Amino acid sequence: MYPSRFDYDAPSSIGEAVAILDRSGGEAKVMAGGQSLIPMLKLRFASPERIVDINNIPGLDYHRLDADGTLRIGALCRHEDLEFSETLAESHPTLYAAAAVVADPIVRTRGTFVGSVCHADPQGDWAATMIALDGRIVAVGPNGRREIPMKDFVLGPFTNALAYNEIAVEAVIPPAKGKARGGYLKLERRIGDFATASVAVALDMDGDVVRRAGCALAGVGGKTIDANAAISVLNGKPLTPDNIEAAADAVAAAADPRTDHRGSAAYKRQIVKTFVSRILTSVARTEQKAA
Amino acid sequence: MALDELKIGGMGASRRRVEDNRFIRGKGRYVDDIVLPGMLHMEILRSPVAHARIKSIDTSAAWEVPGVRLVITGDTMASRNLAWMPTLSYDTQAVMATDKVRFQGQEVAAVIADDPYIAKDACSKIVVEYEQLPPIVNPFQAQSPDAPLIRDDKETQTSNKIFDWEIGDKAATDRAFEEADVVSKLELHYPRSHPSPLETCGSIADYDRATGKLTVYMTTQAPHIIRAAVAMVAELPEQMIRIVSPDLGGGFGNKVPVYPGYVISILASILTERPVKWIEDRSGNLISTGFGRDVYLQGEMALRKDGKILGVRMHTISDHGAFYADAQPTKFKIGLMHSAFAAYDIPAAHLTSEGWYTNKAPGGVAYRCSFRVTEAMFFQERMIHAAANDLGMDQAEFRKVNLVKDDMFPYRTAFGFLTDSGQYGKCLDVALEAIGYSTFKQEQEEARKRGKLLGLGISTMTEPLGAGNSREYDIIGIKMFDSAELRVHMTGKAILRTGAKTQGQGHETTWAQIVAHELGIPADDIVVEEGDTDTAPFGMGTYASRSTPVAGAAVAMVSRKIRAKARKIAAHLLEVSEEDIEWELGRFYVRGNNERGVTIQDCALAAYSNVPDGMEPGLENNAYYDPPNLTWPFAAYLCKVEIDPQTGVWDVLNFVAVDDCGVRINPMIVEGQIMGGLTEAYAMASMQYITFDEEGNCIGSNFMDYLLPTSWETPGFELHEVVTPCPHHPIGAKGVGECATVGGPAAFVNAVMNALEHTGVRNVDMPLMPNRVYEALQTGQDVSGAPPVKGE
Ligand SMILES: Cc1cc2nc3c(=O)[nH]c(=O)nc-3n(C[C@H](O)[C@H](O)[C@H](O)COP(=O)(O)OP(=O)(O)OC[C@H]3O[C@@H](n4cnc5c(N)ncnc54)[C@H](O)[C@@H]3O)c2cc1C
Repeated sequence: MYPSRFDYDAPSSIGEAVAILDRSGGEAKVMAGGQSLIPMLKLRFASPERIVDINNIPGLDYHRLDADGTLRIGALCRHEDLEFSETLAESHPTLYAAAAVVADPIVRTRGTFVGSVCHADPQGDWAATMIALDGRIVAVGPNGRREIPMKDFVLGPFTNALAYNEIAVEAVIPPAKGKARGGYLKLERRIGDFATASVAVALDMDGDVVRRAGCALAGVGGKTIDANAAISVLNGKPLTPDNIEAAADAVAAAADPRTDHRGSAAYKRQIVKTFVSRILTSVARTEQKAA
Repeated sequence: MALDELKIGGMGASRRRVEDNRFIRGKGRYVDDIVLPGMLHMEILRSPVAHARIKSIDTSAAWEVPGVRLVITGDTMASRNLAWMPTLSYDTQAVMATDKVRFQGQEVAAVIADDPYIAKDACSKIVVEYEQLPPIVNPFQAQSPDAPLIRDDKETQTSNKIFDWEIGDKAATDRAFEEADVVSKLELHYPRSHPSPLETCGSIADYDRATGKLTVYMTTQAPHIIRAAVAMVAELPEQMIRIVSPDLGGGFGNKVPVYPGYVISILASILTERPVKWIEDRSGNLISTGFGRDVYLQGEMALRKDGKILGVRMHTISDHGAFYADAQPTKFKIGLMHSAFAAYDIPAAHLTSEGWYTNKAPGGVAYRCSFRVTEAMFFQERMIHAAANDLGMDQAEFRKVNLVKDDMFPYRTAFGFLTDSGQYGKCLDVALEAIGYSTFKQEQEEARKRGKLLGLGISTMTEPLGAGNSREYDIIGIKMFDSAELRVHMTGKAILRTGAKTQGQGHETTWAQIVAHELGIPADDIVVEEGDTDTAPFGMGTYASRSTPVAGAAVAMVSRKIRAKARKIAAHLLEVSEEDIEWELGRFYVRGNNERGVTIQDCALAAYSNVPDGMEPGLENNAYYDPPNLTWPFAAYLCKVEIDPQTGVWDVLNFVAVDDCGVRINPMIVEGQIMGGLTEAYAMASMQYITFDEEGNCIGSNFMDYLLPTSWETPGFELHEVVTPCPHHPIGAKGVGECATVGGPAAFVNAVMNALEHTGVRNVDMPLMPNRVYEALQTGQDVSGAPPVKGE
């Protein structure tokens, strides 16, 4: 690989990293797992003057639950950490399901959750889960910390709300109001392929009634599709076949796919519908069994 | 006592691959591992557009970049008469564009610099002004009366057509169709795919002005032909050219042609008087080098009610890209397409073909395809599938009626090939039994209750491997024999060289096994070397599954020459006449007295220390082998799939492969070849293709778009064998490298089509991506995959 010339820093604290970014006046790029940045450098789609590698900063490779159930994912938590996380397996079905289908096993050892959300790829998996779960990003810049709700974080394809001198240090996912249920389904042509279409569904259940339903889609629009409004038809309702069908239709309508070599817009919409309905049906079945 | 052949690593031993010792340690020596003193680095600037006139090229900013030593454009090449070169199909191909660019990715300029980073930086500083022309991405656009003329460089060219060609007996075929009870028809597109060896192409050209010698380290499957080609193109004396093909990271046909990059690096070295290294990047490899397939196949079959095939008509329309640069026997314009239906007893056949220029990369006939045999066999098995359905006959039964029977060999096919041997029916029976054919219908019913569609597909085929006998085959006039040279050293160890060139097939392991079989020298005592034209005997290289059928036969023949001389030496050592000498593996003994003998090693020592009067010392020889015929392996591939009708996603439940490739030298390696081939077959059937949009942009220019299956999605394969020794090969072996890639795809596709049978759909073009399968299910219509891709 022959990228353009760049300078390289590997600071050992967030303060130092932010200072370098600030000095570089927008010509530097943060590198976390490098699994999106390095391909961009290789193709010379990105030619930053400086790379600020945050991998030497201690204390960022965590994911943990607060006492109230808030999930915090540090900037160096790798996809693989989530894939094999016992915490997630029990508490966060949507994230846990997604972790196994992000990229391939090799990429998952390096790529980070936060880096993926920052990358804001319309086909990226994690941003979709973050929107469905109503998460937020914690950013640190020269003026201190701020929290950015996910709905304001992804501005467009490959564009996020961070200022050039800010680093995302943590992703925060609020606790479920009730039982957390949900899932993630992805249609890919091969392991390591980005989504032709994928669906993240997160439900807060109160008995057999949906208290809050969240949903977002990847691969079927110019940016990650926020389908929270569409799936809110389920709010306050049980997961009956009719309600599931209505929700699947509403979400499919919110998709904005294009016809390309992966399939027609109609096909991708159909996949979205099928996946929403499969996730909801499977939740309904498990709830029934439990009851 | 004779040696135990398996213990010395002879025939039939699943000996571990000796080359893997270095490969798995990361100690392979590929072109890019070679560093020469003073070496410069070359980067090629490629056209971003598919069809455009070049108005101007400004290289001044590139020359200014510190570390740049040379910038080459089409004009530089033209000034040396190197802007164009001949192709292996008697066409011409641009080495570097001078007038027009004719496909996306065509070579437009090159920068030679102190390191590859600088070369790449400087490339981006070259300004090319293009005047865009309408791009043509399929042969049907090429035929349109207002299509632009792609090859306006050729004085005699007035349209985009390259050739018309035909073979077979038209009159007899017409008669067959008149007599038919049922006529079955099928049309399909076999999409463009790419061999994608993990190592891309590259070269290091090292021209030494003092000696006048040009050494080129090159990723080539056929170094000796390249030497001849370079001598002709660069007008250098052949003895002053040395081509070295070091370890190759896969070839699959991609490394047969002469690529512009090689030629440019040679000129760059001549001009700079320094070694120049060129290593192609992944996209360069995918968008500009030898692809496979891209053929439209149409056919019909004349059938009698009882299931007998009376005749076949085929018409093919092939898309050759901007230059007709196939490597194939010169007699056959569309390669060995007429090997189609060779496994079946069909009285009459007629094939017509047309070839067209388009604005796509040139150089088809690659990818384990043995001169278009892949397309031929794919069409054959898809047509057989359709015909059985049209007759309402069971797929296996229909094949059994029509497959050539064991007692019919040698069998002359309707297109004129002579197939040598086989037990086709037995192979099919083994496969049917293994997959549980008899209970499949029931399984299918049960699956339907679960909401799943099950399908079972069969592909049975023979193919012509081992190009080829010199009566029929040549490449640019050079006969397609091959060679081996064996030197037995004083201590009974040996070095063997052949004119073939291994790229992962394991020649270093298997050639030694053939020698071990013939001479009883343990395989571990034999070093195999290939790929250096200064040391190896002349040969045509490795492709078309030809190494074992041709070079492998030469290895056996040279070993026999060595044995003949050793026998004379043995007689001398044992003080008996030659007629009284008997051979058993590894030693000669006196007839009637097995105790009194000498080993082959004793003879080797004597060859250098104690030869009989009048005999030349030494124990070495060579053999050139011109095969009497092609070898005809057979395979039965059966596949069972399950489709999820709501998404079109299909999974392989079971895949059974029964291969008869004659005698197996190293069963483990044979199985590896079959597994690899089936994986490629699965790739083409399910995900892998190169397509183009309306602008002529190549979709599939990187591994995120051009999909190679990983171990994750590749299904398991259940392998079985049947052995019918090749009657005309010295050790009874047939080619096997390509069988699975050639015969595999139809098994997957037929399985999916079988699952879709209730919809009335006759064909879905490969790759059978879920969206295509879903579309077929929804609409009940055939799904075409031909470019341009649908967009918005
Ligand atoms: C072969 C392959 C297949 C893939 N398949 C998928 C897939 O199927 N689904 C999917 O979702 N992803 C896929 N990816 C992308 C992968 O998930 C990446 O890991 C992820 O997108 C980016 O995370 P990273 O840590 O590697 O970020 P990097 O590559 O290091 O950075 C990506 C971008 O985010 C910025 N950034 C990173 N971290 C921070 C931070 N803490 N603060 C501010 N900015 C930051 C960088 O500056 C850069 O612009 C694939 C990647 C590869 C190579």
